[in-house]
Amino acid sequence: MRNFVASSLLSLSFFLAAGVASAQEISVAAASDLSFAMPDLAAGFQKQTGIKVNATFGSSGNFFSQIQHGAPFDIFFSADVDYPRKLDAAGFCEPGTLYEYATGKIVVWAAKDSPLDIARLGWKALLDSRVQRIAIANPAHAPYGRAAVAALKSAGILAQVRSKLVYGENISQTAQFVQSGNAQIGILALSIALSPTMQQGRRWEIPDDSYPLLIQAAVVLKSSKAKNEAKKFLDFIKSAAGREILDKYGFRRPPRN
Amino acid sequence: MQSLWLSLKLASFVAAILLAVATPLAYWLAFTRTRAKFLFESVVALPLVLPPTVLGFYLLVTLGSRGVLGKLWLALFGHTLAFTFEGLVIASCVYSAPFAVQPLINSFESIDKKLLAASAVLGASRWRTFWRVIAPLALPGFITAAVLSFAHTLGEFGVVLMVGGDLPGITQTASIEIYDRVQSLQYAAANHLALVLLVIAFVVLSAVYAMNRKALSPWTAR
Repeated sequence: MRNFVASSLLSLSFFLAAGVASAQEISVAAASDLSFAMPDLAAGFQKQTGIKVNATFGSSGNFFSQIQHGAPFDIFFSADVDYPRKLDAAGFCEPGTLYEYATGKIVVWAAKDSPLDIARLGWKALLDSRVQRIAIANPAHAPYGRAAVAALKSAGILAQVRSKLVYGENISQTAQFVQSGNAQIGILALSIALSPTMQQGRRWEIPDDSYPLLIQAAVVLKSSKAKNEAKKFLDFIKSAAGREILDKYGFRRPPRN
Repeated sequence: MQSLWLSLKLASFVAAILLAVATPLAYWLAFTRTRAKFLFESVVALPLVLPPTVLGFYLLVTLGSRGVLGKLWLALFGHTLAFTFEGLVIASCVYSAPFAVQPLINSFESIDKKLLAASAVLGASRWRTFWRVIAPLALPGFITAAVLSFAHTLGEFGVVLMVGGDLPGITQTASIEIYDRVQSLQYAAANHLALVLLVIAFVVLSAVYAMNRKALSPWTAR
């Protein structure tokens, strides 16, 4: 009798624990430039709270459309601040959760074996005759693409290089174009350039004053079924541990935060 | 409308090239008696199974300056195939190949073998037999192959997205432009283009299927 009570109490507690554990998951829609930072953030958060983070990566514009049509995400990390603001205005966001988590940086990047010494040449590298194709993200819907075009314009070389530009659907695909050798040079997100696979390449940080500040914001979604857990994740991002991981991948602290 | 024209151009080129390339391949596969036939048929059908984006990605790598084909092309022409119309044609041919080869194999295989034997006995060479006996009887198969590869390429998205680079007038096909418009929240323009693409595709397909009926009659003995 005692054994029966003990074993049933034990199994009951396992079920309870399992039940509680399975509710502890959030799904994150993250812009592609977070492809490498997000797994680190998720790991740190899970270690601290036990809540699992399932991240989906893509272009901010894509997520913006999907969320408006009921995509079941709990929290949205955009590569800009406009998409979250528009979602907020349209009533898709949990009030008061919009948080500017970083400013993005763009760099000129070439593969390790490229003959161009980008760090020394800077913008001139793009004008080199050996550069036939320059990959940038599509400025029509990718924030990093818009920043790239703005920087090229302010450097005064947009007209000259326009015929050499090829457009990636998102910043990850842009990186793929350069890495596979189909484009000789690309304007990529610093976070991607600092990732393990791209670290070895040559890069030049484009001066801050050549493009508008790329403020990036995150927001908890109203349709979320795990709002508390999502808010906890935002708290983690704001904390010192989260900040450290973001810094490691080149995401600077935004001016107001 | 530039993207629409590009889509139609791409689909036409691919259908034409595939008809030329798929016919000898289908002929061999239909009439060979090698035991390894099933392996070759599987290889030909592979693009059907692979997701277009996966296919597109591996093409990107192969066509890039680090890939085998890419290095060759680079040496011959001074640039890589990605982001060019020619690159799209090649990628689409790989992607739509099963749609051309399979109908042709079926058509060839369904021809009464007695007719082929009769042709041989009457002294016709294999070449002559093909043009005078096989091809006319397999006409529905040719039409199906052409229509399917045309239609399949018209609707292609994943492969073009991976190797195209979205260049207006060069690699920005209609399906890519629709996607771009949706991404930039220009829903009205996207709807408009999608509708036009649908109507054009429907008209082309209807015309070809209507012709197919007429093509059948001279050759079937009823």
